[in-house]
Amino acid sequence: MEKNANKQLMLGNKAVARGLYEAGVCFISSYPGTPSTEVTEEAAKYDEIYCEWAPNEKVAMESAFGASLAGRRAFCAQKHVGLNVAADPLYTMSYTGVNAGLVIVVADDAGMHSSQNEQDSRHHAIAAKVPMLEPSDSAEALEFTKLAYELSEKYDTPVLLKMCTRVAHSQSIVEPGERTVPDFKYEKNIAKYVMTPANAKKRHPIVEQRTADLIAYAEEAPVNRVEMGDTKIGIITSSTSYQYVKEVFGDSASVLKLGMINPLPVKKIKDFAAKVETLYVVEELDPIIENHVKQLGIEVSGKDLLPICDEFSQTLIANAFGKEVPASSTIEDQIPGRPPVMCAGCPHRGLFYTLKKNNCTVLGDIGCYTLGSAPPLGAIEMTLCMGASIGALHGFNKVRGQESEHKTVAVIGDSTFMHSGMTGLANVAYNQSNSTIVIVDNSITGMTGHQQNPTTGYNIKGEPAGKVNLEALCRAMGFERVRVVDPYNLDECDKVVKEELAADAPSVIISRRPCALLKYVKHNPPLNVNTDKCVGCKSCMRIGCPAVSMKDGKANVDFTLCVGCNVCSQLCPVGAFESQEKEA
Amino acid sequence: METKNIMIVGVGGQGSLLASKLLGHLLMSQGYDVKVSEVHGMSQRGGSVVTYVRYGEKVYSPVIDKGEADYIVSFELLEAARWLPFLKKDGQIVTNTQQIDPMPVITGVAEYPEDLVNKLKATGAKVDALDCLSLAEEAGSSKAVNIVLLGRLSHYFDLPEEAWMQSLEANVPAKFLDMNKKAFELGKNFAN
Repeated sequence: MEKNANKQLMLGNKAVARGLYEAGVCFISSYPGTPSTEVTEEAAKYDEIYCEWAPNEKVAMESAFGASLAGRRAFCAQKHVGLNVAADPLYTMSYTGVNAGLVIVVADDAGMHSSQNEQDSRHHAIAAKVPMLEPSDSAEALEFTKLAYELSEKYDTPVLLKMCTRVAHSQSIVEPGERTVPDFKYEKNIAKYVMTPANAKKRHPIVEQRTADLIAYAEEAPVNRVEMGDTKIGIITSSTSYQYVKEVFGDSASVLKLGMINPLPVKKIKDFAAKVETLYVVEELDPIIENHVKQLGIEVSGKDLLPICDEFSQTLIANAFGKEVPASSTIEDQIPGRPPVMCAGCPHRGLFYTLKKNNCTVLGDIGCYTLGSAPPLGAIEMTLCMGASIGALHGFNKVRGQESEHKTVAVIGDSTFMHSGMTGLANVAYNQSNSTIVIVDNSITGMTGHQQNPTTGYNIKGEPAGKVNLEALCRAMGFERVRVVDPYNLDECDKVVKEELAADAPSVIISRRPCALLKYVKHNPPLNVNTDKCVGCKSCMRIGCPAVSMKDGKANVDFTLCVGCNVCSQLCPVGAFESQEKEA
Repeated sequence: METKNIMIVGVGGQGSLLASKLLGHLLMSQGYDVKVSEVHGMSQRGGSVVTYVRYGEKVYSPVIDKGEADYIVSFELLEAARWLPFLKKDGQIVTNTQQIDPMPVITGVAEYPEDLVNKLKATGAKVDALDCLSLAEEAGSSKAVNIVLLGRLSHYFDLPEEAWMQSLEANVPAKFLDMNKKAFELGKNFAN
């Protein structure tokens, strides 16, 4: 076995970042989203690359386009649903083409480990008519990133690089190389870069010709690779599905491994199909390769054997092909589930407790606070997409009027508000619904693992940066009622929520306290339960804190988790929670 | 050689990412092809988390499926039971005996099963259970549970102690190295 001398074990997303470095990329703008976040975080560690977090994916992609136009290789990354936000610039960038190379990562989440839907972003590549590469491990993630820039410049097009959770968040071995930086001059070209109807009409046939040229490339591209084995079974596959197929079949089947997923080759597929007895397509999510093969008039099996929903694994494929799978055992006891929960000391907890206590209807948004829908709080009744809480509240109140205005709220995080909540807020101010919006400001983008945003005052490298003042922004939009509360203070929270719901005017409540996991946040010592005082009434159990449980009929605090936020002690009717400082 | 499979399971926030990083480093230094697969994002918020480590001559899939794990390294007892179906016949479980109540137990809609170590053994699984939290505290930090577990796991591997120490040095901050070395030894030499 070789000794892996110059090689590194690298996360798929980090390998993309390495590819960006080696490809000489100079500009990166992204909005975080699992499973794409680490690409930009890792790239920001290279001093040679300018990196930033943008307020949303559309702004990020437009900024990357500007950098490409100016003549430097540029990049942006997002999760699958983020590409919906950035679809507007993408579809027309397909017409303008690029100056220096422009590559866009989109990371799908089959299995929905951390997403609200399971959409297949290959549809975007087809609809926007841009090429899409799809790596199957970290080594390919690095190699395909560099290839994407060559294709982008050669074919004058943005290029999509599609990741998925299992490629993005798996580490495998890569061999890093050197960085080279190409430079392109900016030249004024109105016919190419100003998409008026007259100009766009001339660009569309160029896009169609480009697709034809790319199909010709796909026929010969080394990334579309045939691995002949036994010819009884032939499998066309890509991405992580390729790895599962090889795990199950080894050389006992022939494989056409597609590294470029749009446009798909024609002759290469026909030739491969002619060499094998039975042809299969193994692809996660929608039958995109399969439908292409069927359109070519080739008999093929795919989604008749394998599911559209959820991610694949080697056992799932072995099962579908009637192969033996390993035996496994279980114990008889019911194993209680362990769903994700708000952390001990999470500032969102006190706010949701207050909203539930006031019997509010809560329209939620995307972030850690979506966990406010889980028992025992069960406060949130709707979550759709980034920013939807405010738009939905406006519509809800417009049709239900007074009946809902005094009990319905939108809850949205600081980062999500900057992403796409502001426009919803403008609509409330403009079209005048009596709506109450709660911005839960924990001073960070929490769920994706602590990224800075325009309200935090720091940039991606943690250096001081511009800072949007939320109170001033809301007032400037026309809100006269803007209140700030500390969600650790339940009495204050309750008072402000009651007042703002009662008011006959739209209002914003900013529930402000930094995420308890932030390094600079100083914690109080853990609380202690005085078991002589505790009457076992379970009042403290209503907030669903993972640090508080019942033991032998009394409340019990897990000292490894408790950060002394005191929310539980405010619910205790007998004062049984004691600070360990007081004891000493 | 046949690909070997190690699963690291626990509760979000317990430090399983460092354990998988260290194992990946170690196995690569021994010349193996290695894949490590982890999940980020929502499930990390106190949910059940799992990391897959696979090594051998050529590793394809990054994930481990039911009945495939040679080892399950568990940070928490209920999680060992949850992932038991992934253990290979004759596979080895190395588990912390610490119990962390999940939310359905905290809210009283479910019960934490009793006597899990013996129930796991009754299925024919080989179970090595130890109180890693106490051993970690003995070493100097309750956060060293992950290193205590790795120390115990090393007991089942035919690799030189030197290699484990090098991976430890490469992956933990210098100021915590001595404490982590102690945690490793306490786990390794634990007498059942």
